[in-house]
Amino acid sequence: MRIKIKKPSDLTDNDVTDESIYKNRRQVLRSLGYVGASALLAPHAKAFNWFSDDDEPAFKRRPLTYQSDKNDPQTITPEDKATSYNNFYEFGTDKSDPVENAQSFNVNPWTLKVDGLVNKPFSIDFDNLFTRFPLQERIYRLRCVEAWSMVIPWIGFPLAQLIKQADPQGSAKYVAFQTLRDPKQMPGQRNRFVGGGIDYPYVEGLRLDEAMHDLTLLTVGLYGKSLPPQNGAPVRLVVPWKYGFKSIKSIVRISLVEQQPPTTWNTLAPHEYGFYANVNPTVDHPRWSQASERRITTGGLLARNRIATQMFNGYEEVASLYAGMDLRRLY
Amino acid sequence: MVWIRLTNRRVIALKSLIHIIAGLWLVQTFYAAISDQLAGDPVEILLHFTGIGALNLLLLSLSLTPLAKWQRQGSWIALRRLTGLWSFTYALCHFLVFILFELQLEWQLVASEIIQRPYITVGFSALLILTALAITSISVLRRRMGRSWQKLHNTVYIAVLLIMLHFTWSLKTLELQILIYAIITGTLLWFRRNKLAGFLIKK
Repeated sequence: MRIKIKKPSDLTDNDVTDESIYKNRRQVLRSLGYVGASALLAPHAKAFNWFSDDDEPAFKRRPLTYQSDKNDPQTITPEDKATSYNNFYEFGTDKSDPVENAQSFNVNPWTLKVDGLVNKPFSIDFDNLFTRFPLQERIYRLRCVEAWSMVIPWIGFPLAQLIKQADPQGSAKYVAFQTLRDPKQMPGQRNRFVGGGIDYPYVEGLRLDEAMHDLTLLTVGLYGKSLPPQNGAPVRLVVPWKYGFKSIKSIVRISLVEQQPPTTWNTLAPHEYGFYANVNPTVDHPRWSQASERRITTGGLLARNRIATQMFNGYEEVASLYAGMDLRRLY
Repeated sequence: MVWIRLTNRRVIALKSLIHIIAGLWLVQTFYAAISDQLAGDPVEILLHFTGIGALNLLLLSLSLTPLAKWQRQGSWIALRRLTGLWSFTYALCHFLVFILFELQLEWQLVASEIIQRPYITVGFSALLILTALAITSISVLRRRMGRSWQKLHNTVYIAVLLIMLHFTWSLKTLELQILIYAIITGTLLWFRRNKLAGFLIKK
């Protein structure tokens, strides 16, 4: 798939698969007479999940009112893929663990604290997350450090709006984020083998100018509804020009600080994951190439979905933030 | 304690069962992946399925000799070749999924990944060993090779260690699963400690 760039952040790939069409694909197959084969194979379709039931997810997502992103016709990843293939080690290290283990995750009540070097610290409760700022849709590419990517319609508000309300002090240089720590609800925090041996809570950080950039979105929903737990309910960060692990999930605290804060993956393996973690095709992960990626949309196994990775994930408008920095060293 | 008396008929039944399970499971998982019925990324799911399947089958084949000794029934050994060959088949599928669907035939990338990434180099080496063992499992070759056949097939212990290294290295963090596999591998190698010691000294 060739991708032409119209604006730095806009892909113009016109073969958008409408979600309703995508969801109808099985009916199409059925009408072609595949009913026998699919009925025979359906119980085995999830080869690894013999012991999981196929109940509908219990978690209730609320529909959101938002300004939709109209001028970004990218091929969007189907919702069921974006919500069933997740890295969220608090709920297990396998990609299918979060959707299986997080459905009873309770996000209401929730408190997001904004504090640190600010003149007006404040807290946001669950309902406030959806009402305090006008919500807008942003269709962003999400590039995982594992060299796969998706295109996801997020709903949220620029982090800058929230930070401005807190009125940062002059000494604030960085923003530190923290995920909920609740071992009762998060099996990965109870057992280090379930959670990959990470020291919880998960923490992330941005430089203040990165946090204030308009692309940086504090996100409360996707695909028209509030976030499901496996995608970081009720509130998560989305920084589209950085590898996915920077986009911290289920945030309870945002602090403005003076020094570069510690970040989870950087602490765990500093030679593999940097603080900046900008998408950069010229700096490989020590164990795999970052020059290209597989874009997960539709099509199954035979989809030819390997595409070249773009600097800053194609969001070139952020390049000025890093003028004069050696991005090979500060990866 | 003898579980079952392995008559010839039962050996054939067990062999058929292994063929059916290993074969059907592989076919239906590929079918689900091709028809986009797997949740998430079919490539990663297939890579894990074939990789872990190859390791499971290899460990199964390595457990048959200790089982035969414990049960005092040599017939268990008769299942070794087909489980080993199925392990090779899964490993080959694992490699093909990597080349065809993960790297999608970008040959420059294929070459650089195999050469530059230690965990892929290690996995590829294990596949080369399994390939040699699979080819020489043909009865005619086995007879022709005489004593050197056993020497060659002792390298299966190197292969299982390389596979464990490849598996561990491919993960981002420590997981319970890998510890369980390490314990099983360690136990199976412990049963053969005398043989392995001799094997290592001769080298």
